[in-house]
Amino acid sequence: MTAAATPDAATPAAVVLSTRGLSKTFGALQVARGIDLDLARGARLGLIGPNGAGKTTLVNLLTGFTEPDAGTITLDGERIDRLSGDERVRRGLVRTHQLNTLLVEETARENIAVAIAEREGLGWRMLRYGARWRACVAEADERLAEVGLADVAGHRVSELPYGRQRLLEIGIALAMRPRVLLLDEPAAGVPSGEAHAIHDMIDRLPPDVAVLMIEHDMEIVFRFAREIIVLVQGAILTRGTPAQIARDPQVRSVYLGRSVA
Amino acid sequence: MTASAVHSAPRARPAAAAPMLTPGRVVLHAIPWLLVIAAYVALPDYLTLGTNVLIMILFALSLEIALGYAGIVSLGHAAFYGVGAYAAGICAIHFTNEPLLGLLFATAVAAVFGLVTGALILHTQGMTLMMLTLAVAALIAEAANQAHALTGGDDGLQLPALKPLLGLFKFDLWGHTAYLYAGAVLLVWFLLSWRIVRSPFGRSVNGIRQNPRRMRAIGAPVWRRLVAAYGLSAAMAGTAGALSAQATGSVGIASLSLLTSGTVLMVLVLGGMRRLYGAFVGAVVYVVVQDLAAELDPFRWMFVIGGLLMASVLFFENGLMSIVDIVGRARTSRKSPPACGPDRGPAPKVTP
Amino acid sequence: MTHLTILLDGLAYGMVLFIISVGLTVTMGLMRVVNLAHGAFAMIGGYAASVLVASGFPFAAAAALAVIGVALIGAVAELTIYRPLYRKGELPQSLMTFGFTFVVIATLTTLFGTGMRTLPIPAALDGLVDLGFRAYPLYRLFLIAVGLALFGLLWVAVDGTLIGARLRAAVDNPRMSQAVGVNVNLLFTLTFAAGCALAAFGAVVGAQLLPLDPYYALRYLVLFLVVVGVGGLGNFKGSFVAAIVLGIVETSCKYLVPSLAPYIFYSLVLALLLWKPAGLMPARSAR
Repeated sequence: MTAAATPDAATPAAVVLSTRGLSKTFGALQVARGIDLDLARGARLGLIGPNGAGKTTLVNLLTGFTEPDAGTITLDGERIDRLSGDERVRRGLVRTHQLNTLLVEETARENIAVAIAEREGLGWRMLRYGARWRACVAEADERLAEVGLADVAGHRVSELPYGRQRLLEIGIALAMRPRVLLLDEPAAGVPSGEAHAIHDMIDRLPPDVAVLMIEHDMEIVFRFAREIIVLVQGAILTRGTPAQIARDPQVRSVYLGRSVA
Repeated sequence: MTASAVHSAPRARPAAAAPMLTPGRVVLHAIPWLLVIAAYVALPDYLTLGTNVLIMILFALSLEIALGYAGIVSLGHAAFYGVGAYAAGICAIHFTNEPLLGLLFATAVAAVFGLVTGALILHTQGMTLMMLTLAVAALIAEAANQAHALTGGDDGLQLPALKPLLGLFKFDLWGHTAYLYAGAVLLVWFLLSWRIVRSPFGRSVNGIRQNPRRMRAIGAPVWRRLVAAYGLSAAMAGTAGALSAQATGSVGIASLSLLTSGTVLMVLVLGGMRRLYGAFVGAVVYVVVQDLAAELDPFRWMFVIGGLLMASVLFFENGLMSIVDIVGRARTSRKSPPACGPDRGPAPKVTP
Repeated sequence: MTHLTILLDGLAYGMVLFIISVGLTVTMGLMRVVNLAHGAFAMIGGYAASVLVASGFPFAAAAALAVIGVALIGAVAELTIYRPLYRKGELPQSLMTFGFTFVVIATLTTLFGTGMRTLPIPAALDGLVDLGFRAYPLYRLFLIAVGLALFGLLWVAVDGTLIGARLRAAVDNPRMSQAVGVNVNLLFTLTFAAGCALAAFGAVVGAQLLPLDPYYALRYLVLFLVVVGVGGLGNFKGSFVAAIVLGIVETSCKYLVPSLAPYIFYSLVLALLLWKPAGLMPARSAR
């Protein structure tokens, strides 16, 4: 039961990330029960579910923050569930956080340049780095322009409005050249005046990256996703196109009827 | 290119993340070193004191890497200083009294010690990590006290006379050679650490201090980076300890004490963290005050250190170097609109 | 020297560690301030009692005065030195309290000289008790009894009353506590003073086992921190277990393998802290 969304029908949908039987129990609480998930190149998958459904746990399992009790995760056909979190990132599984995790004392440019240096495997360079670091900084400026932050490249992150910090967070993730991008509530807490920039950004994500978005705001999810998975009590309740999900009586009773107007 | 779909106004700005070495900056950076040379010429009677200043600067610079950049609150940094000092002493007594070999040996021993203890304790954080740094320091101090055969226990070690430096410069009674030797070693470590702090490695370690989750999210191996930074810091502290052993011709158990750890913390914080010259300012203030208080017995002397520690928290939270910022800000605001964005450069922004 | 005697000696030593450290587990674990000056408060108590006894006060009166005095000093220190520190990071907290420790050492040695201070055992506690299998010093049995009594008292006070819960709540959410009528500032001052008083009390009754020398505040600080860290920040039961285990280990090592004692002790501490970074019994609210 693969659920792969393709960017367009012409290209075959190569599965990038997939999980089989992913399970995790905290004490008596089963937060993930045998989750099977497939993400194809260019997928736009929305993950919804009521509070405590295990959405964040799933992200933590994928990124290696939490160890699964059972199940496998493969990225490009290779098992990654025994790899450390940073190794998974280096292989192209990149996430954004719900709350900002930026380097607030540094400039926007530095935040992205450090990420690019890490992507380029320069993180251990101590003495010989001049030209390659300058290249990172130059690319950082390009990336900032792409996410519409060129005007604040030299500003300290702590001086940026919250919405622009969120943009930077996504910009850093994109600078990592992800194969798979996990967006954890990218627009949470952003004042409505600044939200449109983030929506634009999400619409313009690179077409070949597989994106999994967790979001409470149904409007964003239904606009963004080509396919939606509904998670309830750690298990996949159902999956389908936004139209199917909106019509699904099961989803209505379990989810929409309960916590979302 | 994956981000090709994302575009907005292509207003790419020229890269300028690293401060340019303009002639004005070169002059600013030359000042501390000119002072080091000037002190040698002008104050020949105070060279022993001056050597102490140089060693203290190096010791504080080592803590700067661990605490200032990597954010590891080390309350037991004397461990590395002491290990370096004892290693230099043991090397001179049992192997060779060639000073540079002794210095390298001590640096390597301290680095290994830092890497091993760092690998053990840097899995923890916060108060637990602080306590572990203390426990490591206590362990090594006890070990030095017990291993009488190797360390002389309470009596410490007396080093034999050192061979001439590079076979050319004899260590004289007045400390001319020792002063220049310490100054040259300091310059080498200073240039290395300056380079490293600005490197991708240094920036990633600085990022870990601010937000380890961010650094994990971009794929940085946080623990290994911290261990490496800790080892580097230990190596520098070890060099400082070795210099002190070679310059004074003796090693005492006090080099491993909590008082030593507290002193170096005070010197760094008083001078100002994350500014490469903070250690210089702190060390000069410290050694001068120490000299003024030379008449005092060790216990009154603790009054001075304790008072300075408390004062550094109460009055100079950003260190004495922050005074330079205030002056610099006043100057730039008069001359030109403030350049956007901070830089970690050691000198205030002076627009040429 | 039978093994049972070593065990009793270790127990007595562990009790002294517990009495002194339990105040530190409150300040560091519950109030979450790095308090490197705990040994200094203990030292003030020990010195005060020693000076009072030397000038003719009976032991009990001297001990009581010393404990009350240190409680007052602790209250003043909380108001002046610690309060501004709560909002700051670990580094300013450690620098400030480290500095305060140095100042205390300098002040005490200036006032009372740099020699060892003696604090003789009161006559009533001097002497041996026949335990059936051998005679054992009454003083050490007294220490064990005091430690156990304190442990019981704390158990009743912290678990049976709301003091512990209030303190945790006040640390986690001072505004909410203030809103429901808890005087957070007063609670903090009193708690801190009580912690200091316990440190002083431990230093006074334990002066035979932890001699009052001029470096007292630094020499034993690591020991107290270790007890708190190994036990679990903020959990007095953990401190109790840790103090007894470490006390017995150190004492038996000193008797059985004196040359290796420090290595074994600190290696054990390192191993325990690495094995369980949050301590043997982490407090519920500790993160």
